[in-house]
Amino acid sequence: MIGLSSYLVLAALVFSIGLFGVLTRRNAVGILLGIELMLNAVNINLVAFARYNGDLIGVIFTLFTISITVAEVAVGLAIVIAIFRVRRTVEADRLDLLRG
Amino acid sequence: MTVETVGFWVVAAVLLASSLAVVLTPNLFHAVLFLAAALVATGAIFLLLAQPFLFAVQLLLYAGGVVTIVVFAIMLTERLVGQRIRQTSRHLVNGAIVSAAVFAGIAGFLLRSPLATPTPGPAADATIAIGRALVGPFAVTLELLGVLLVIALLGALHFARGEE
Repeated sequence: MIGLSSYLVLAALVFSIGLFGVLTRRNAVGILLGIELMLNAVNINLVAFARYNGDLIGVIFTLFTISITVAEVAVGLAIVIAIFRVRRTVEADRLDLLRG
Repeated sequence: MTVETVGFWVVAAVLLASSLAVVLTPNLFHAVLFLAAALVATGAIFLLLAQPFLFAVQLLLYAGGVVTIVVFAIMLTERLVGQRIRQTSRHLVNGAIVSAAVFAGIAGFLLRSPLATPTPGPAADATIAIGRALVGPFAVTLELLGVLLVIALLGALHFARGEE
């Protein structure tokens, strides 16, 4: 029988890997992929808690999270394409228009 | 070693390996394919946690939807510039230190917190209960989610279409 903490540690590992991707990727699409990994880790936590506490709230919350994430990816990629048209780059370091 | 135990460790290994590949591979297109593998592995975790409905949602929306959108975006931007997008990383050491520190923080919190290990109930099919909850206590949230999806659709169209 796998304990709850195994799922939580696995989710923490995936979250850290996603954070590493967000911090080190130059490409805006690569950063989005890292964010996807982090959100997935959170979903694993929610479903694991729902299973081991015997209620469904975590599962329903996960459903909402997945839907919102899909919308977020669509808008984020549209913004990336729009930025690419104007600036000819998707490297996050060179998108410093709002830097003071 | 029951089937569930073996399945968990296999899925966990696949999930961790593909996650590492997502953030480490130099080819952005390969990174998206590894992300698809990681998302399917996450769906398998949901299956292990006795949520087959979430597994289906994960496959349809994430592995089907998100990966397709990202592949399209990469092909569009590559086509626009006419040269391959190289995918380099920077601040590798700093990023590794920060994420290791975050993991250590979470793991320390998990070790110190008194995690009761309740025995999970029988793995009944929860799809009916999910459906009842979505149109019962969570009906307003569901409607708000629909509004959000419409707004996101319009916003994505507005940004991606450009001026003409």
